[in-house]
Amino acid sequence: MTSDLLRLENVGVRLGGRQILSGVSFTVAPGQFTGLIGPNGAGKTTLLRVILGLTPTTEGRVLLNGSPRTRRGGGLIGYVPQKLAIDQDVPLRARDVVALGIDGHKLGFPLPSAKRKNQVNEALRAVGAESYADARIGELSGGEQQRVLIAHALIGKPNLLLLDEPLANLDLKSEQGIVSVLARLAREQQIAVLISAHDMNPLMRETDTVVYVAAGRAAAGRTGEVIRTEVLSALYGSHVEVLHVHGRILVIAGDEQQEPQAHHPSDTGVVVGLDRN
Amino acid sequence: MFSGLMLNTWIAATIVAVIAGVMGFFAVLRGQSFAAHAIPNGAFAGAAGAGLLGLNVIWGLAVFAVGGALGIGALGRRGRQDVATALMLVLMLGTGALFVSFSTEYAEVTYSLLFGEVYGVGSNVLLPIAGLGAASVLVIAVMFRPLLLASALPEIADARGVSTRRMELCFLIVMALATSMTVPVVGALLMFALMIGPAAAARSFTKQPGHAIALSVGIALATVWIGIAVSYHTNWPLGFFVGVIAAASSSSARAGRRSAATGPRPGRRPRSVPRSYPERARGYSGEPPLVRSGQSPFPSH
Amino acid sequence: MGHFFSYIVEPGLLSSGPVRTALLVGTVVAVTSGVVGVLTVIRGQSFAGHSLADVATTGGAGAFLVGLNQFWGFLIAGVAGAAIMELIGVQRRRGRDVATGVVLGAGLGAAALFLYLGTQTSSTTGASFTILFGSMFVISPDTVPALIASGVLALVVVALLSRVLLLTSLSPELAAARGVPVRAVGIAYLAALAVAVSLSAVVIGAVLSTALLIGPAATSLRVAKRPSMAMLAAALIGTAATWLGILLAYDSYYWPPRGHGWPVSFFVVVLVVVGYLLSYVRRPGRDRRAQVAARAQEEAPTREAGACSPA
Repeated sequence: MTSDLLRLENVGVRLGGRQILSGVSFTVAPGQFTGLIGPNGAGKTTLLRVILGLTPTTEGRVLLNGSPRTRRGGGLIGYVPQKLAIDQDVPLRARDVVALGIDGHKLGFPLPSAKRKNQVNEALRAVGAESYADARIGELSGGEQQRVLIAHALIGKPNLLLLDEPLANLDLKSEQGIVSVLARLAREQQIAVLISAHDMNPLMRETDTVVYVAAGRAAAGRTGEVIRTEVLSALYGSHVEVLHVHGRILVIAGDEQQEPQAHHPSDTGVVVGLDRN
Repeated sequence: MFSGLMLNTWIAATIVAVIAGVMGFFAVLRGQSFAAHAIPNGAFAGAAGAGLLGLNVIWGLAVFAVGGALGIGALGRRGRQDVATALMLVLMLGTGALFVSFSTEYAEVTYSLLFGEVYGVGSNVLLPIAGLGAASVLVIAVMFRPLLLASALPEIADARGVSTRRMELCFLIVMALATSMTVPVVGALLMFALMIGPAAAARSFTKQPGHAIALSVGIALATVWIGIAVSYHTNWPLGFFVGVIAAASSSSARAGRRSAATGPRPGRRPRSVPRSYPERARGYSGEPPLVRSGQSPFPSH
Repeated sequence: MGHFFSYIVEPGLLSSGPVRTALLVGTVVAVTSGVVGVLTVIRGQSFAGHSLADVATTGGAGAFLVGLNQFWGFLIAGVAGAAIMELIGVQRRRGRDVATGVVLGAGLGAAALFLYLGTQTSSTTGASFTILFGSMFVISPDTVPALIASGVLALVVVALLSRVLLLTSLSPELAAARGVPVRAVGIAYLAALAVAVSLSAVVIGAVLSTALLIGPAATSLRVAKRPSMAMLAAALIGTAATWLGILLAYDSYYWPPRGHGWPVSFFVVVLVVVGYLLSYVRRPGRDRRAQVAARAQEEAPTREAGACSPA
């Protein structure tokens, strides 16, 4: 337990009169690759913001390496936003964006040095983005930008990498590429990766650890334990079906005439929180 | 053309161009061309008011310009940035009109504050301009990295602990102070052209941020120098040349880049399946929503 | 009581010819600007609208130079400016901020030139001031029919195309999918905008015309639930600001400094901005909840870097 990198205990967030999240608890161990799965509007982004310290919790607490998360910022966590809506003409190359990851938050302006250049090249190589390192960031495709942003986050040597829906606008091939890169990084550099998505299938090749968020509540554990009809129905508060079709998992809203089952996830005996040791 | 009085003009214009080049790079990067247009107009009101009250013009300029900047920042947070900027702009201009109307030479004062009075710059004005210019460039140099991060990658900046809100206010205030000094020299309306045109042209020529700032300053310098030289011989107002040269340089730079872009992209190994240039840049879902984080393009009801 | 009333409404207000002209033309301007302004704000083109106004300055200055009535100068420059902006792509969101600014800079530069040349050749003083800040009380009666006609024309165009204009403003992609000629409609909108801006430029000046275009529209959009209601509200708010502005400007002849009067445009601008700020006072709680809820629901926070703030 104390070796947990990230630990959420009964986290609740109430904003503008709405309970966005309640009773969310899970842990992430170092080097663990976890999917944060859930439909749009379920609270995934809010959860990421809570971990980043951008949104305060109304209940519960967030522990990073055992100590409560107080201020935002800090070098432990790397963040990759979903997409950059950036103009084609912006005078920033991919390598400039990555270089900003080293010291973009410090005052002053960067003096060119061989060390920085090497660091940047290394990060670009790690994500497979060397071939377009000198292209303008605004001219890259979605997948290429995604890799550059990952390199940017990586270069700060984080322990935890958070990605907000990185696969949302990608074609299949780019999707697979990104997931492979992330999984390799998690393995080789012992960086924990938490990647939010509304479809868990692209991630299933590399991991079987999920935190499923629906209706502001979460269930965490192995896919076999969490992605089950009873568990998800309890989360959603209404009947949903979990289907396994050709090796893919589908979560489908069930019969609407059925009465909503307002069970707490723990009622069904699911392990909330993950004990990897 | 390089005699005593004109020397002051050259010096003043050079300082203004350097300020404009640096500020303009960030204004264009942040998509705040409108604010770059609005804030010097606040300086206009301040100059008019200070002149009216017989106060040192510097105070009027600074107070109004900074006030306008803060107003844009504050209103823009609550509502829509573009509406806030537009309304602050006309409020400051209208107030300026009021002050100017009280003086007997309102037409001349209007003209000189809006379009500049770069000839006959007294030596006593040079020092404050140089001082404030140096100070603002220094502040930008110190803020360079977090400002670049907050301007180009705002979502990441917030996550890294760089407050985009603070950067925004900082930038607007520095721009206000820097441009307030230049308004009596090149005029409120033309300071804007000098900020936006060269910066827009620069980004078409280079991909690197450091080079882009340097080029922005360089093009701004060339603009004012050519402008002063031609204006000296034709007696036509400097503002005309600045506006036209700025427009010409940025348009031709853009046109040049568009036509060059149909060739192979530099810095990339050629792909086996080439994709067309505009298609690549748009990403996969077509035009992304163009919205500052937290703001809707449509007014909230 | 009568004494108090006559203090607010100075004697001779309504019997004064210029004031009556001002009220009439001001109303037409306010209504046209308000209605077109709603579209402008919805499309997020406040900067383009303002730039067009500044480009109109060039026309006004040019008209002054050649001795034409200012309105025609504003109008010609407005239409030309709108055409150039359309060509450059002001209605596409990417990179238009800078393109708009660049056209604006060139236009203002030309205005500087025309004003300079004009003051060299003509003996009229104060031309810069009236072109930039308006001449509500000195509208020549022969131009009044032209002013009213253009305003009505613009309003008719907007009324006829209202549904299509709203659709393309709210969602160009949806409109294109429905077979609406988005480009042509955009051009019609820009033409109406040029007219609205030119009219406004006559009464409160080119650089201030944005106040009547954006202010009442932005205010009404915060309050009204449907765009058509917003247009009505914007017209009303603009008219109220204009009338009150005329009233106060007339009164101000008796304020210090005596005998001079404060510019009408100043009052109109201040009233418009005050109106906008008042719309925030109405329901701050709702604003905050909406803001917070919007932030909480942000699944994909996006921002344009390097192109426009929504403008």
